[in-house]
Amino acid sequence: MKIRLERDGLADAVAWVARSLPSRPPVPVLGGMLLDAEDGKLTVSGFDYEVSAQVGVDAEVETGGRTLVSGRLLADITKALPQRPVEITVDGSRVSITCGSSRFSLPTMPVEDYPQLPRMPELAGSVQGDAFSAAVAQVAVAAGKDETLPMLTGVRIEINNDQLTLVATDRFRLAMRELTWQPAESVEDTEVLVPARTLAESAKTLGGAGTTVELSLASSDGLLGLSGTTRRSTTRLLDAEFPPYRKLLPDEYSTSAVVDVGTLTDAIKRVSLVAERGTQVRLEFSENALRLTAGGDDEGSAEEELPVEFEGEPLTIAFNPSYLQDGLSALKADRARMLFTTSSRPAVIKPAGEDGEVLPGYLYLLMPVRMPG
Amino acid sequence: MVSPGPDVRCAREHPEDSITGLAVVGGVSFNGGMTRWVLHLDMDAFYASVEQLTRPTLRDRPVLVGGTGPRGTVAGASYAARKYGAASAMPMSEARRRCRSAVVLPPRFRLYREVSERVFTIVRQLSERFEQVSIDEAFLEPEELFGADPGTVAEFVERLRGRVAGEVGVPASVGAGSGKQLAKITSGMAKPNGSVVVRPEEEKSLLSELPVRRLWGIGPIGEAKLRRIGVQTIGELAALKLGDVTSLLGQAHGTELHELAHGIDERPVTERAEAKQVSAETTFDTDRTDPAELTSEIVGMAEAAHRRLIASERAARTITLKVRDSDFSTISRSETLSSATTERDELVAATRRLAATAVSPGVPVRLVGVSYSGLTTAEQATLFQMPGNGEDEGVPHSPVTTRVAVLTTNSGQRRWRQGDDVSHPSWGHGWVQGCGHGRVSVRFETAATGPGRMRTFDSGDHELVAADPLDSLGTAGDSD
Repeated sequence: MKIRLERDGLADAVAWVARSLPSRPPVPVLGGMLLDAEDGKLTVSGFDYEVSAQVGVDAEVETGGRTLVSGRLLADITKALPQRPVEITVDGSRVSITCGSSRFSLPTMPVEDYPQLPRMPELAGSVQGDAFSAAVAQVAVAAGKDETLPMLTGVRIEINNDQLTLVATDRFRLAMRELTWQPAESVEDTEVLVPARTLAESAKTLGGAGTTVELSLASSDGLLGLSGTTRRSTTRLLDAEFPPYRKLLPDEYSTSAVVDVGTLTDAIKRVSLVAERGTQVRLEFSENALRLTAGGDDEGSAEEELPVEFEGEPLTIAFNPSYLQDGLSALKADRARMLFTTSSRPAVIKPAGEDGEVLPGYLYLLMPVRMPG
Repeated sequence: MVSPGPDVRCAREHPEDSITGLAVVGGVSFNGGMTRWVLHLDMDAFYASVEQLTRPTLRDRPVLVGGTGPRGTVAGASYAARKYGAASAMPMSEARRRCRSAVVLPPRFRLYREVSERVFTIVRQLSERFEQVSIDEAFLEPEELFGADPGTVAEFVERLRGRVAGEVGVPASVGAGSGKQLAKITSGMAKPNGSVVVRPEEEKSLLSELPVRRLWGIGPIGEAKLRRIGVQTIGELAALKLGDVTSLLGQAHGTELHELAHGIDERPVTERAEAKQVSAETTFDTDRTDPAELTSEIVGMAEAAHRRLIASERAARTITLKVRDSDFSTISRSETLSSATTERDELVAATRRLAATAVSPGVPVRLVGVSYSGLTTAEQATLFQMPGNGEDEGVPHSPVTTRVAVLTTNSGQRRWRQGDDVSHPSWGHGWVQGCGHGRVSVRFETAATGPGRMRTFDSGDHELVAADPLDSLGTAGDSD
């Protein structure tokens, strides 16, 4: 193999594949990055049986061929190369990388030991890149991180004709986002559970403004594929049952309030400084005022009052301040409508417009902290 | 204002069968209505007394409560056992050697807590100012005694002791003085089953003869420092210049101790901050190396600590696992959850994760302990319950049945051990007094029945079932 290509294209491609490589590969080849040169194109791939990533980049291919090198090392090197054309040559069991006056020589790993990347499953539909990455980020915030509860570490993707629904919950809060997409003709309504961390990472790096992301799905193989213009990734689906969540969504409320997201977020940050280990911040809603309090006699206390547009029964409710902040920032709106039933039932937070009207498509359901007594 | 009475009189009456050991130190006096009266109530041999209350056959007998294995220690000893030299915190084997006739029983903490609660419910009724020191000790400062004369205090103290003995059925000793220090010292003088009220004017002479070690805050090191300069009694400490004391014991500590030595003790009686953690630990009879066995012991401790967490009515955020090797090196590993929980499965799962990192394969382990901290009354509620994680499915969560399940799995055929609470459809509630050779001897009695009869069964007898230790209270002392 002998190729020549632009430094930036190479560095971006290698850096993107490197983020999905395992940090401690169970066997050395899984920490490798596969370089495949053919027909004016270099394809860079990584795969660890859970996640695969593949990106194509233009190159002058003098001699085609395949080689496998340490992904971590290749990423470090390409990032540090000067702004000059890069030449990659494989000579026996070594690969040499030349750029300007720098020259690296790396050992290669046996290509024949590298696993075959999964085939991209059948196309299910496509969605706008920026809208998709924003939607995934809004939902992934509520996903669990506890590996002993695998069903909570995923984002559930529901396909219902031209509607995509994304949901995640760590059982303390639940985030749900609905968006429209262009389903492929053959796609059937279905639902899958995708590891939240991988999905959020892929969606963020695949989706830019003006791009389209294609989702491909093979439920029978337990695989989700995501592809952008030059990049594609696959991830193994979680084989676990997502909790039945629809019945958790309250259908009536006794209290409703519209708040300014920035003002409320800043106030929460301030008063929760005295909340012992961030345990709880109390919200007292009453006519035209929202009073925030935190702490107690022992650890010090804080309070702050803000204006609120309020309807219904006055209510005092307590939340874990970081869960509440997560929800407010995930709204991606300047105003929020907060809906309550009682102080021991879950609260619903939705993005709101200038006049307090609910903007459809997103909700954040948050369970309160039980108050003593 | 009134001249002191006769010399300090530390007489104490001990009528055989009653609870009226009362002594007033100093004579009849009254100091102008400004006296503050702090009382210290200390239950006598509390664990052993509760055993004797609920198992009447044991009354007046030597009783040792504690771990019964080779490395067990004594948690409580009845006065009859103390006569032979047995004492709390002594290795059980040593206590048994000293007192061969003693009945040895495993502790029943849930029962002790229940009895303790009953006692302190009475105490709270009599005094709004109340400070619980431990399961069997409390300070109180009844407002009605402010400025009272020692006789009135003595009457109050006897009324308190009488109610505890009458309504709960366990003996308590009470000391009274102008501060916590004096009250604590005098309750020690009053033991067992007595009371001592010390008059303000007599405090100094009472204190002065006592060794400095009796002062709060003087441990072995402070004692050694003071002995080096020839100070052995509280009186000698009081005679020192303040500067000398502070240069020896530190500014803040020295000042406080000097004041205490002078009988100046203004520390208030207030409710204590609640414990910062709950924990359970166990020392094995023989070192454990089998990973499966160790994990099951660790999970057992996680469950025991969880029961205490529930009893404390709080949720925990941090889980700490302590593992001590046979060479006494100790490893602690902890994990902090994103929010506090009371859920047993979640706490046990975290403990299992810690066990995976804290236990080195093949290393003999001597002790394991699990503690929960970051305690809070505010628990993050959950939107839904997680389905069981498989391992614990089918095992009911009530403490009694869990215990039985553990016993049967760990000890195979041996279903019963001495001290277990049992019940029988015909004979009622009882306790296992002895077992072996496929037979089990059960004494059927409770606090309500008086001494009961012993009956022997086949240890596989299906009519004999494990019972809740709280049932051994019968209905006696059931104040609510």
